[in-house]
Amino acid sequence: MKRFLIPLGLFLVLVVFLAIGLNRDPHEVPSPLVGKPAPDFKLGVLAAPDKSFTPADMRGQVWLLNVWASWCVSCRAEHPLLVAFAKQGGLPIVGLNYKEVRGDGGIDAKKLSADDELALTRQRAGAWLSQHGNPYTLSVLDMDGRVGIDYGVYGVPETYLIDKKGVIRFKQIGPITPEALEKKILPLARQLATES
Amino acid sequence: MTRSRLTSCAASAALAAALTLGAASPLLAAEATPMADNPVVEARLVAISEELRCLVCQNESLAASRAELADDLRREVRKLINDGKSDAEIRDYLVARYGDFVLYRPPVKPTTWLLWFGPFVILAGAIFGLVAYLRRRSTRLAPATLSDEQKAAAQALLGTPHAPPKDNA
Repeated sequence: MKRFLIPLGLFLVLVVFLAIGLNRDPHEVPSPLVGKPAPDFKLGVLAAPDKSFTPADMRGQVWLLNVWASWCVSCRAEHPLLVAFAKQGGLPIVGLNYKEVRGDGGIDAKKLSADDELALTRQRAGAWLSQHGNPYTLSVLDMDGRVGIDYGVYGVPETYLIDKKGVIRFKQIGPITPEALEKKILPLARQLATES
Repeated sequence: MTRSRLTSCAASAALAAALTLGAASPLLAAEATPMADNPVVEARLVAISEELRCLVCQNESLAASRAELADDLRREVRKLINDGKSDAEIRDYLVARYGDFVLYRPPVKPTTWLLWFGPFVILAGAIFGLVAYLRRRSTRLAPATLSDEQKAAAQALLGTPHAPPKDNA
């Protein structure tokens, strides 16, 4: 009997490894930015054409940066949750409108002038928010996706929890689920709120 | 959960299939990304991006992927090359944003020791096990020397290979 124990043990180790492998989502690539200062940027604000926003404006607050776009299907799944969360006044949410025009495969953005693209971005993003509700303190326009690259965005939606000092503390890849909100984001945000 | 950009993998696969079927289609040719003016920059871009993984279509390199993010990242890499950045600096730029996952050759560091050296540890263990087994086996087996009688019997059997089989009937 004893001679079977070694292969059996090896087999069980293999099963454990395979089970762990099966339960991990390969599309969730852990972000190296967690624990690092949120990359700086300066982008135009959706609702106020003459204003711009930079992450430094949120210094002293715990806040969420949510990457969205009107062409993003999964954003629709997550959006009601964000709207409800914003109504409770949980945390300020800043929207990063990501490649609103260029990300939409149906539009040939290369044919648009910069001004036309900006106008179309504002129109599409604004219409989407009035249709689905606006949970954002404000939304900024990342038309070419440059800021998205700095934040390591590789799909929409993604959400970053940023602390009072401007350090990224958590990244949600894909839509925020009620579980992720209750179990991860909110407890961490409460803890961060007590930090000075 | 499917995310919006992931669908472009399927789209790019379909497009690749379409390209193979109708390689001369002018409609598709018009959509190809134009090469930059400088062939040296392009060659370096290809060399660097072949070693990098596309995050959207994870089994494709950044050089081969038609995902939109890959387009954006190639544009960034091209810009960094034009800025005079070294290959290592460009890789660091992408690793800082997307993590070691973008590298097809992961760096050797404590968290990847198991990955790099694990196979050799298993190989060493297997060789050790094999040697131990063979040693034990050779001591356990009786020395294979035959007595003179046995030798003669073996000789008799081997010496008449063409002997007709015994008639059992």
